[in-house]
Amino acid sequence: MAVAVRLALIVLLLLGPGGWGHTEPSRDSLREELVITPLPSGDVAATFQFRTRWDSELQREEVSHYRLFPKALGQLISKYSLQELHLSFTQGFWRTRYWGPPFLQAPSGAELWVWFQDTVTDVDKSWKELSNVLSGIFCASLNFIDSTNTVIPTASFKPLGLANGTDHYFLRYAVLPREVVCTENLTPWKKLLPCSSKAGLSVLLKADRLFHTSYHSQAVHIRPVCRNARCTSISWELRQTLSVVFDAFVTGQGKKDWSLFRMFSRTLTEPCPLAAESRVYVDITSSKQDNETLEVNPPPLTTYQDVILGTQKTYAVYDLLDTAVINNSRNLNLQLKWKRPPENGYIHYQPAQDRLQPHLLEMLIQLPANSVTKVSIQFERALLKWTEYTPDPNHGFYVSPSVLSALVPSIVASKPVDWEESPLFNSLFPGSDSSSYFVRLYTEPLLVNLPTPDFSMPYNVICLTCTVVAVCYGSFYNLLTRTFHIEEPSKGGLAKRLANLIRRARGVPPL
Amino acid sequence: MAANSFRPRVLTALAGLLALSFGSLADSRIEDQAEQFFRSGHTNNWAVLVCTSRFWFNYRHVANTLSVYRSVKRLGIPDSHIVLMLADDMACNARNPKPATVFSHKNMELNVYGDDVEVDYRSYEVTVENFLRVLTGRVPPGTPRSKRLLSDDRSNILIYMTGHGGNGFLKFQDSEEITNIELADAFEQMWQKRRYNELLFIIDTCQGASMYERFYSPNIMALASSQVGEDSLSHQPDPAIGVHLMDRYTFYVLEFLEEINPASQTNMNDLFQVCPKSLCVSTPGHRTDLFQRDPKNVLITDFFGSVRKVEITTETISLQPDLGIMESSNKEDQIDEERMEPLKYAEQLPVAQIIHQKPKLKDWHPPGGFILGLWALIIMVFFKTYGIKHMKFIF
Repeated sequence: MAVAVRLALIVLLLLGPGGWGHTEPSRDSLREELVITPLPSGDVAATFQFRTRWDSELQREEVSHYRLFPKALGQLISKYSLQELHLSFTQGFWRTRYWGPPFLQAPSGAELWVWFQDTVTDVDKSWKELSNVLSGIFCASLNFIDSTNTVIPTASFKPLGLANGTDHYFLRYAVLPREVVCTENLTPWKKLLPCSSKAGLSVLLKADRLFHTSYHSQAVHIRPVCRNARCTSISWELRQTLSVVFDAFVTGQGKKDWSLFRMFSRTLTEPCPLAAESRVYVDITSSKQDNETLEVNPPPLTTYQDVILGTQKTYAVYDLLDTAVINNSRNLNLQLKWKRPPENGYIHYQPAQDRLQPHLLEMLIQLPANSVTKVSIQFERALLKWTEYTPDPNHGFYVSPSVLSALVPSIVASKPVDWEESPLFNSLFPGSDSSSYFVRLYTEPLLVNLPTPDFSMPYNVICLTCTVVAVCYGSFYNLLTRTFHIEEPSKGGLAKRLANLIRRARGVPPL
Repeated sequence: MAANSFRPRVLTALAGLLALSFGSLADSRIEDQAEQFFRSGHTNNWAVLVCTSRFWFNYRHVANTLSVYRSVKRLGIPDSHIVLMLADDMACNARNPKPATVFSHKNMELNVYGDDVEVDYRSYEVTVENFLRVLTGRVPPGTPRSKRLLSDDRSNILIYMTGHGGNGFLKFQDSEEITNIELADAFEQMWQKRRYNELLFIIDTCQGASMYERFYSPNIMALASSQVGEDSLSHQPDPAIGVHLMDRYTFYVLEFLEEINPASQTNMNDLFQVCPKSLCVSTPGHRTDLFQRDPKNVLITDFFGSVRKVEITTETISLQPDLGIMESSNKEDQIDEERMEPLKYAEQLPVAQIIHQKPKLKDWHPPGGFILGLWALIIMVFFKTYGIKHMKFIF
């Protein structure tokens, strides 16, 4: 009996405090999202977004209880009276021509633009202090932001959140293009996430994969948003975004098949327990391009269609909070495979061997109607041996013409030809099909100007060398080896005596 | 009976004697333990790790600094107590074949960059001025906490520097130098301001011993990788990365430190023996004359680790939830729920508004003293030359 009374007392005690201090309705919520977009060039883009929405008025300084919203940023907002803050770190450049339009592009380096509230008296001083504090939080050299690289845009960079007046005096914008992004910037960025990098989509954020990319951009955006549809009160929204583009050749080794494990060397095991929504979207809009179909494995349970950036897009949705998605395999490894239908073409190429055989290229192509098809071949000019040149090398060398053998569809059906009855010009090619005719066409030969050596040079060189050798060496040789000895003049030979006789006869003095 | 009572008495006496002796032994052991408890005299640990070289071929200096950073973090010093200064970015350099990694051993065995690194001063911020400001505490207002050395008179500080150096100087980023005299004066400032309890200075550059020759403040122990006139050599290149990965002295120091855990009792004499001339080619040197304790009593973890003395208590403290605050905050929120008119988002590109806005005129400032003085001079010269009679044509 006493024990029962004591137990009842204990139970009452436990329930009492619980009943009075009813658990607060959670004032902040987290949504996390990953969008995987296969790009036209074979690369794949992954965009992470972590959004924490906090239903509170941060203008009052008495706020001291932070749950999902990080304290470092909440204190910044209240201390410097921020209306909006946008900070991004980017490495690389988003190639719109090859990849399509981005969701949110950022300039290479570090970019910081801030709207202060209209209660701030000295905006420049707050701006300088804010950039110093942010350089400490994100381990970046943002303290180099000063009046030499800060501007006050007058027409662009309107607030992205709620604003009741837009006096551009309270806006500051600065870019540091030399700023490098590396793991030391990612580490504090990850620490601002409610689940850090322990659960949910943030387990995929491993630095050694994220920086081995063509484009890496991480950003922090803080702005006030509407709390409800009527928009009568303000909530603060913190969005942390991270976009990366994995290169098909560097990371994918040339193949266009992607999976979460290939991209991040991790798979998803569970959603973040603090998240209200945790979803992965895969863009399957261009599921048929270049005769290849995109197959997503495991097949999605739902899809989402909408007009994004001006075009209609379809996304496959995987909701990590749905237990059917992460099923008995306990992990989710999305795989994207491109299936190519079997080809019906033919290519035969036999490369040349020097001084043995030429190149041979044969291709069977199906030309689409009303189109122009260009076939181009690149070649390099090489130097031949000097004996292989023709006597007139400056004329050039010929490349044999190409041959086009075609079956052309014929508009008018032809009847089969009897070779003995029909004229000779109709029986050149055997025609089997009445709906098309065979024709063989040739292109012009190509005259290529090869690099020609100067053939007169050997002659010039021989002449010059021989002259030099003769003059210099020959002189030396003579000087060194010629000996001089005195020679008595001889009396004269027989020819001289005969000549003297004739001269005496003529009366001319003798030799 | 007497004999029977005698023996237990003897036994008890013996037992008493034994207990006394054990007690005294235990006392002396307790004394030893108490002495050990107070031996080191420091209550917190700081580390300032500086790499002063820029450019890709100086990869090894960044790897040196990061390997010491890794050891220091592993042994317990938190990031908030480490000031890491790297003059260039090697991990995400375009020439790094494995981005976000810095390796210390070839064949990419050990990534000293890790996943959890926080660099406080990077790239162009690593200058002689910033380094001296960090040491002496004279940082500009607005410097965040992670960039300050907030040490006190009970802090043991480890300072590690690496880069290219010469006889009496260390080169910062190929554009400026710090001399050994400046360094010694900075340490003296730190001593005067009581910013350290004991300081361990390690330097891995060519002719490193010249950098500690001029120290004159107490409680400083210094190690260098080579003597004056000797070069410190690098260890081994990696064929995939294409540069030398580490310097020899720091490579062997890293191997030595990998054996240390927070509980080890290895002392400084073992650190002095690391990398003899046969391995290092240069002769490492050390200086202990300014240090008060004997190096054999100084534990490695006194400087490289953050070993705290922990006292475990079994008392319980009960926390009372304060219900008053929670209720009042609920009420306040309900009040400011309702607003008069709905808010709206700003238009991102209001073309009509932009076209018709007037550009802000800069405020007109009256001409400054220089302009006024210049005009006064011109007018004076004019009137002196041509006489005062021209005044009537002007006024």
